[in-house]
Amino acid sequence: MDNPAIKTLNLTKSFGDNVAVDNLNLEIQRGELFGLVGPDGAGKTTIMRLLAAIMLPASGEAWVAGHSILHEGEKIKEKIGYMSQRFGLYEDLTVMENILFYADLYEVPKKERPRRIERLLGFSNLTPFKERLAGKLSGGMKQKLGLACALIHTPEVLFLDEPTNGVDPVSRRDFWRILYDLLKEKVTIFVSTAYLDEAERCTRIGLIHKGRLIMADNPANVKKSMPLAMVEVWSPEARKAAEAIKNMNGVKDVSVYGNRFHITLTEMGLMNAIIAQLKDTGVEITDYRSVLPSLEDVFIEMVKR
Amino acid sequence: MKLMRIKAIVKKEAIQILRDPLSLAMAFLMPVMLLFIFGYAITMDVDNLSTVVYDRDKSSMSREFIAEFRESRYFTIVGYAEKQADIDRYIDSGLARVAISIPEDFSKNMKTGRNAEIQVAVDGSDSNTATIALGYISAISELYSQRINKAPVTTFNSPHSGREGEVPRTLFVEGATGYPLAGVPLIVTPRMRVWYNPELKSRNFIVPGLIAVIMAIIAALLTSLTIAREWERGTMEQLISTPVKPPELIIGKLFTYFIIGLIDVLMSTLIGIYLFDVPLKGSPLLLMMLSSLFLFGGLSLGILISVVAKSQLIASQVSIIVSYLPALLLSGFMFSISNMPGPLQIVSYIIPARYFVTMLKAIYLKDSALNLLVFETVLLSIFGFLVFMIANRKFKKRIE
Repeated sequence: MDNPAIKTLNLTKSFGDNVAVDNLNLEIQRGELFGLVGPDGAGKTTIMRLLAAIMLPASGEAWVAGHSILHEGEKIKEKIGYMSQRFGLYEDLTVMENILFYADLYEVPKKERPRRIERLLGFSNLTPFKERLAGKLSGGMKQKLGLACALIHTPEVLFLDEPTNGVDPVSRRDFWRILYDLLKEKVTIFVSTAYLDEAERCTRIGLIHKGRLIMADNPANVKKSMPLAMVEVWSPEARKAAEAIKNMNGVKDVSVYGNRFHITLTEMGLMNAIIAQLKDTGVEITDYRSVLPSLEDVFIEMVKR
Repeated sequence: MKLMRIKAIVKKEAIQILRDPLSLAMAFLMPVMLLFIFGYAITMDVDNLSTVVYDRDKSSMSREFIAEFRESRYFTIVGYAEKQADIDRYIDSGLARVAISIPEDFSKNMKTGRNAEIQVAVDGSDSNTATIALGYISAISELYSQRINKAPVTTFNSPHSGREGEVPRTLFVEGATGYPLAGVPLIVTPRMRVWYNPELKSRNFIVPGLIAVIMAIIAALLTSLTIAREWERGTMEQLISTPVKPPELIIGKLFTYFIIGLIDVLMSTLIGIYLFDVPLKGSPLLLMMLSSLFLFGGLSLGILISVVAKSQLIASQVSIIVSYLPALLLSGFMFSISNMPGPLQIVSYIIPARYFVTMLKAIYLKDSALNLLVFETVLLSIFGFLVFMIANRKFKKRIE
């Protein structure tokens, strides 16, 4: 148990000319809740897949739970739980059938099953939905079911690829509560996210852009070095709201995506002024949260430092 | 390999098939449909040919002659023409495919011993049927002329052996092309005896071959979708992150579809026996055993396609091309292999359905025992084993 939970050495993976993971060197200790943070397309999923031993690197090496991803992939698979970004369970199987299927694949002893399943269903609040088809669950419940299946064999390391993507705020909070409970049981958790508020909950985060690790530190230190802030705002009148604030001081960019929009700010402190401005225009806001800026210059600036 | 994992895969696959109406239909409805379509559509027997008759002679002899056609099961008289134009109308509109025109001097010629000619027009747009129809017409005409002569066949040509005052007559049948099709008096009547399929019903050899074609398509198509579907739906990524071993996954999937395949064989056999009246002469147990062997190869091929293709669309197209088409065209099911051009004959050796068709026909029609089918059995076993091994090796628990 002395070796680190995860250690990578010049880990590299490219798809054609596109370098998805560029010489990644990272060491994660047992019991850490490590957050891999970066915008879409930064290489988060590729790193997850390499470490879960379901993809081979172009060069470099990594060890997970003491085993090489190059030579001992199947041993790693016995010791980890992995949740892909896309829902990977069977929608035409019920909650219970999915859990039992994975219990069989991981060879969970029959005697231990009732206790473990009851516990997993309990903390994920899925007990009332045992007989429901997985495809009929809400997004948040699907993710919790995925987590339950990934935990059925009590893994040493848990890989979660953007587990709260597309999940409502309440379920998101639930999900993180579960992760904290797991942390108490000394499970190492490796989670990727594009949301800064989630990154802040990790014991340590790694910022990644274009396959390169820009920095790995605790959330407070990383935040300090952010030159720009980005906020995701949910509003039924997103377009109108965006129009109202786009010319304000300190607002660098506004982009609308359906019923939400992203604001890029020179500093987070400007958010109060923006909310006041939106109230004056009479635009309703349902929710807002800080996200990782996806603008390239933010990262370029950070690389310069 | 762990039995627990194989059982888990089998159970999961079974639940998924049972809950998916499309899979169910493909597994159990498609074979029945194919059997019906082919069983009824592909028949090499020509019977009940719609026929129009233009009797210009209107004598007792011409009526007798027409009756010969009416009473044979090959022709159904759909109408009588009053003038030449009626015949054209019948043929053009498709109401009749055969027209028989009897000239005014038919009975006169017959009685005076001259060649009595009739004119036959056949709709040649289906050349196969047309040829067979002309064959039937000349056969019926020959039989009729023999009967009228009442002379022993062997002395047919002797002018003195006939009834007193009569000379032998020959009935000429003139085909649509204008030359006589028959008319040489028969000196020797061939007495043919057909073994194994005494009624010469094409259905008796089509249905056994059909089972091979259905198994080929079902086996390859159903399994070719299973792994590709998991890649498309994203469930494979989750699956390969577990310690499940490729042979466990492949055997689990094979087993589920193997059971479906056996049910299909049973269904097809029963439909063949009870609906198409195709007798099964050989051992049902041997039929099931050898079907299992063929299924194993076909299912493994489907898995291999699925492993390589990773997309349901490509997998299904490839499986139709490599399993269904060869089974239909090159297995000896529809076209006799010995009549194929040389290169195609060689190609047919690598088509497993070829051996299965041989086996099925042998069991169905000849009651052959296993010892007569050793060659086919050994080749099918080698094929199944090889494809299964390749599928296992090709299946990687890694994303490219």
